[in-house]
Amino acid sequence: MSLDKIKQAQKKWEVDNKVDKLPPAKSDMGAELPLIYTPMDIENVDYLKDLGFPGDYPFTRGVYPGMYRKNPWQMRLYSGFGTAEDTNKRWKFLLARGNNGVAVAFDLPTQMGINSDHPHAEDEVGKLGVAIDTLRDMEILYANLPLDKLISSFNINAPAAIIMAMYITLGEKQGFASEKLAGTISNDILCEYVSRGMWVFPPSPALRLTGDLVEYCTRHLPKFYPFNIRGIIMREAGANMIQEAAFAFSNALAYIQEVTSRGLHVDDFGRRISFFFATGLQIFEEAARYRATRKLWARTMRERLGAKDPKSMLFRFTGTTGGSYYRTKEPLNNLVRGAYGLLGNILGGAQGMLHPAWDEPFAIPTEESALLALRTQQILAYETGVPNVVDPLGGSYYVETLTKQYERKIEEAIQKIDEMGGAVKAIEEGFMQKAIASEAYRMIREEKSCERVVVGMNKFVAEDEKQEKREMKFHEADPRVRERQIDRLNQVRNERDEGAVENCLDELKEKARRKENLMPYLIKTVKVYASIEEIMEALKEVFGTFKEPLNI
Amino acid sequence: MNNKRKIRVLVTKAGLDGHDRGAKVIAMVLKDAGMEVIYTGLHQTPKEIVNTAIQEDVNFIGLSILSGAHVGISKKILEQLKEKGAQDILLVVGGTIMDRDIDKLKDMGVVEVFPMGTDIDSIVSFFRDRLID
Repeated sequence: MSLDKIKQAQKKWEVDNKVDKLPPAKSDMGAELPLIYTPMDIENVDYLKDLGFPGDYPFTRGVYPGMYRKNPWQMRLYSGFGTAEDTNKRWKFLLARGNNGVAVAFDLPTQMGINSDHPHAEDEVGKLGVAIDTLRDMEILYANLPLDKLISSFNINAPAAIIMAMYITLGEKQGFASEKLAGTISNDILCEYVSRGMWVFPPSPALRLTGDLVEYCTRHLPKFYPFNIRGIIMREAGANMIQEAAFAFSNALAYIQEVTSRGLHVDDFGRRISFFFATGLQIFEEAARYRATRKLWARTMRERLGAKDPKSMLFRFTGTTGGSYYRTKEPLNNLVRGAYGLLGNILGGAQGMLHPAWDEPFAIPTEESALLALRTQQILAYETGVPNVVDPLGGSYYVETLTKQYERKIEEAIQKIDEMGGAVKAIEEGFMQKAIASEAYRMIREEKSCERVVVGMNKFVAEDEKQEKREMKFHEADPRVRERQIDRLNQVRNERDEGAVENCLDELKEKARRKENLMPYLIKTVKVYASIEEIMEALKEVFGTFKEPLNI
Repeated sequence: MNNKRKIRVLVTKAGLDGHDRGAKVIAMVLKDAGMEVIYTGLHQTPKEIVNTAIQEDVNFIGLSILSGAHVGISKKILEQLKEKGAQDILLVVGGTIMDRDIDKLKDMGVVEVFPMGTDIDSIVSFFRDRLID
């Protein structure tokens, strides 16, 4: 049937049914949506050029040919709290129930590179993650968990190189060469300047550390993903789905430039680049966004950066339903929100999921809520049939149209940052920060005016609801964590060779001044049980610290 | 009433928690409501917060915390305010705060607590009403 005929039929249908009288609908970013999409919308889609087959350039339909047929996505829960013993126990509980590997949550002192006995750490030790001061904590964290079989993923940025050095050393102590180690480390410091504030050094030396880690892993840890670009950190701070993708790509471009400036070719490490994005509840928009993102990344790697190896062109990503979509009111609703976000991720072709538990707006998950988060994924993977067919939304007039539109929008946003001189400049000038804060403000105003509905929050709220407060059981932080942790730190201090620690720290400073790759020296230093804070302090002497731009 | 001074609020992030979405949004909301807002940025110590509050001559300190460290940090800020004789500056806390901690914070001397999900208009009117009292 010719498109003209369809067009005429649609006109008639619109008039007959008075579709212009229907209430308007908007996309998540506020664009008005037509009532239906038709073959006219995808008239210019060239199947082989724009979509192709899964595993083939431009990878719109998926990064691997078989996608979920062979294996469903990697299912992991972000997990860590208290001391290393507490976390080791929780991990074993989750691994026994089908969690694929471990995704380590570190407490804030660890993420900021200070010890548990630092005065600023007083109220934070073991609260949001596990406390790591020295290699000893890592040894306990991984007790009876052989590193050659386990996949670890680390959410750590400012002291990423130190944690990686500890993990490599731990592997060695367990008897495994570094090339056996598999996992992912976020090692994405730029997102911290934009959004979450877990920075220590200024961007330029921080980028060097990122580069040191990537370069070292490229040469010695072929199975490890040495950076995982975190759109999620910016999305959760308020970025919309286009900004998330564009800012994450711009940050990735800065890292790639840093690493290639050391003489590595983009194909040496391109296959080890991965991403971590958050997904909202707009299932079709998110799925389209991921399809667009895959296509644009492939094009960027091939055309802009000169990648030749198709494996370098893959936008591999871990997804999660954004925790900022979870609410404290009627919190069990978060289970449902989480499951819809999960569906959007999987229709979008995610390689892994870190699914948040329903009680995370309050506290770290209980054993029960963590298990439910894992079960939510397993039910989608094994009971619904969703993973049976690759890219099931491919060919949808709606999703294909959005895919094209989003690809263009993300590309335009990246161009804007290019024109500013790249990600580091855009961050130093506070551009990304400001753009994200205004989006966060837009969303809260829309929620306030009920334009953005949150069930139980601004719609369907009963008048007498305030009276019905249910008692719920949340994770209780152990009040003795800090004390236990400090005891261990002191014990390590008593047992270690102080002279060796001092020598290693001195050598580290010297190498830091000379711009040598610091990884071998970090490995040496953690091995003699220098603490994370001692190492960070030594590096601060050389690198200095960051001053935050304050423009809201 | 025209010569009445505008309400001045110091919005701040203490400790190690860097989640500043709420702090920035509240700063924008209060500004839009005609108040004067000073935002300190991240990682402030209780001492720095109180010093800035005195220097900036604010009516309120609005502390945003999502890490669960609110009891300890609020206590230290209140102690600093007392030590400096600046108890006319009122401390308000917002963030990830469970019901059971709200009374604890208020007993310590925090004038109001806005747990996650609080209606933004009620925050604005709290600041206004509290000064008229």
